[in-house]
Amino acid sequence: MSTATPSPKAAKWDYAPAPESFRPEINADHGLFIDGKFAPAKSGRTMNVINPATEEHLTRVSEAGKSDVDRAYKAARKALRGWSRMKAGERGKLLFRVARKLQERAREFSVLETLNNGKPIKESRDADIPESAKHFFYHAGWCDKLRYAVAGGHEPGPVGVCGQIIPWNFPLMMAAWKLAPALACGNTCVLKPAETTPLTALRLAELFCDCDFPPGVVNIVTGGPEAGKAIAQHEGFDKIAFTGSTEVGRGIVKGCAGRPVRLTMELGGKGAQLIFADAAIDQAVESAVLGIFYNQGQVCCAGSRLLVEESIAEMFQAKLLHRMASLRMGDPMDKNTDVGAINSAAQLKRIAGYVKIARNEGAVVHECGVGEIPKKGFWCKPTALGGVQPAHVVAREEIFGPVVCLMTFRTVDEAVARANDTPFGLSAGVWTEKSAKMFDVARRLRAGVVWCNGFNLFDAASPFGGMKESGFGREGGRHGLLEYLAH
Amino acid sequence: MTESRLTVLKTHKLFIKGAFPRGESGRTHPLHDKDGGVLAQLCTGSRKDLREAVEAAKAAQPSWAASTPYLRGQILYRLAEMIEGRADELTAALRETTGASAKNARAEVNAAVDRTICFAGWADKLGSVLGNQNSVAAPYWNFTAPEPVGTLGIIAPEEAPLLGFVSMWLPALCAGNTVIVLASERFPLPALLMAESMPSSDVPAGVFNLLTGFREELLKPFASHREIDGVVAAVNNAQATVLREQGADNLKRVRILDDRHDWSSESCDGPDAFGGTVEYKTTWHPLSAE
Repeated sequence: MSTATPSPKAAKWDYAPAPESFRPEINADHGLFIDGKFAPAKSGRTMNVINPATEEHLTRVSEAGKSDVDRAYKAARKALRGWSRMKAGERGKLLFRVARKLQERAREFSVLETLNNGKPIKESRDADIPESAKHFFYHAGWCDKLRYAVAGGHEPGPVGVCGQIIPWNFPLMMAAWKLAPALACGNTCVLKPAETTPLTALRLAELFCDCDFPPGVVNIVTGGPEAGKAIAQHEGFDKIAFTGSTEVGRGIVKGCAGRPVRLTMELGGKGAQLIFADAAIDQAVESAVLGIFYNQGQVCCAGSRLLVEESIAEMFQAKLLHRMASLRMGDPMDKNTDVGAINSAAQLKRIAGYVKIARNEGAVVHECGVGEIPKKGFWCKPTALGGVQPAHVVAREEIFGPVVCLMTFRTVDEAVARANDTPFGLSAGVWTEKSAKMFDVARRLRAGVVWCNGFNLFDAASPFGGMKESGFGREGGRHGLLEYLAH
Repeated sequence: MTESRLTVLKTHKLFIKGAFPRGESGRTHPLHDKDGGVLAQLCTGSRKDLREAVEAAKAAQPSWAASTPYLRGQILYRLAEMIEGRADELTAALRETTGASAKNARAEVNAAVDRTICFAGWADKLGSVLGNQNSVAAPYWNFTAPEPVGTLGIIAPEEAPLLGFVSMWLPALCAGNTVIVLASERFPLPALLMAESMPSSDVPAGVFNLLTGFREELLKPFASHREIDGVVAAVNNAQATVLREQGADNLKRVRILDDRHDWSSESCDGPDAFGGTVEYKTTWHPLSAE
């Protein structure tokens, strides 16, 4: 039997509305960016782009088909020779320009990102956009140092033409993670932003033009699953870099099985945060909140399983629910908003489906947060699931929403075993004040990224990527660079 | 005066979990010498033998990975001593089965010993060469270090049955993986003799497992077994396609080497050789005096 407990009373914090008022101009229509020019899809088909917080229409974008993708790959192929042979320092200067211009136009990009994605403006302003700029800045500096990136000391070359498919959760940042290292290594790219979030990538295309990039080096094609398929199944690429679901990733790997192409797969996750009794509890609570409610939990490395040492579990849960009760949900453009809108109706339905499953499986559902659910848009309250067993569906499958599972452990070995008891292996967190224990646990966790006394930390210099069914390859740092070098 | 006597024909067995089982199916097939005569019998490894081997390799993996790199290096060095000690026998095996000249066969054995020594020396340098610190823009100490992929399937090349064979799994063992190796189908004898050196060289049971048998039959099971974390294979294009396609189900890391790979090349001794045997973990640790 599931019994929902009433959420604890929120601490009383009254804020006056603090809306971001800047509204960048958005054209009514957007073409595909191929060979340095914007043009409609050959079929003339378009897709509507909406604001998920209000369901208001934002713009129309072109829906690419097979022939458009083909044109983009041909442009990328044509541009490869010149781009890869450009003097490395000059290539670097172009990328530095991108970083600088992104910084200069940060406000415009932040607002666009929040309008299109639904994430709180404080997140796009403080993380998405500055991190995107940093990725270009970081990789710009690698251009003339590639030979030092590779153990062995020989001069590496580019892989070639790269098809890149990115998700909707961090639209600009994912574009930067894909494009910056690829371009730094002398590759040319065909990038497809997610169906629901094409706006900042298209604005980035304009920025590449403003920076005088040679045509064809970067091509950005918007569209749905048909365009994605066309990108992954084309004969004209040397590499595919994909970020998205494990299911789609698996299909791409199978589709490429007959060809010696390079692949980077950044797929799903079911990250665990291990909280030991000797942890700094208040910080750990903050970390738990950040780990699962950041970006409404729509993060592949989200800390969606909280494993708490049994002796402190009750106290930890009380503190967590108390903290959750003060999370402010609502207008993403308000600078005080902690929890914004879910990106799409489809994703909201998926999350709600999992919460229903949790109830049926006997979990205790705590839905928390300050603020009424707005009448329009896609909203999900921050949710904690108590009494979850390791075999429950919600403990095993990726929910990709603001829903966290609370579970307990008694010993270090049990904590590690439970954390590793998943086909995924993307991220994990360890909370303890004992450093030897911390590093021992960190070493034993099967995850590509392990955060000690922290969570959801990213940096252009820090490799990110999964083990096991969370995919392979790394993005960021020297190791991410290697994925775009032939050596 | 010489008395005629019958030679005892050997049946070479599989090597699983430090023991030499006959294989669950009881099937055997002949090992031919260079002229097509029957030299011995071979056990025909089956899908079920592979399952047994995977179970053994998986069980042995955590403690092998947790052993110090220094120890793994010493064990590999001991293995080199064992091969050197059986150099004559291995040379003869190469000559008898592949028809290599005495000089070439001996050179292949010598190169195999030297490669083993090379990887004995790599074990405690791998982390320094492949890992590094990352300078992040926040008060964190951040580093990336290689870790073993886990349990690997190794498909050894058909040719170069000794040097190619050892070059395929030495990096894997060195990095802390455990392996199930499928020997060359035509020339498995050097591999089988090597397996006989394993128990005396301190390689723990289950760390190295060897199957003989038919590629046609075993490639798919290698690729689709969900407890095999990665495959390193020296195969042709058609076989590579099978491995990648079937391996996608559990997102296996699949590294394909050309089946005509030049095993004498310097890259076989260098960091590139660890491709497909390591993956990277990045750890963030806060810096604070609070």
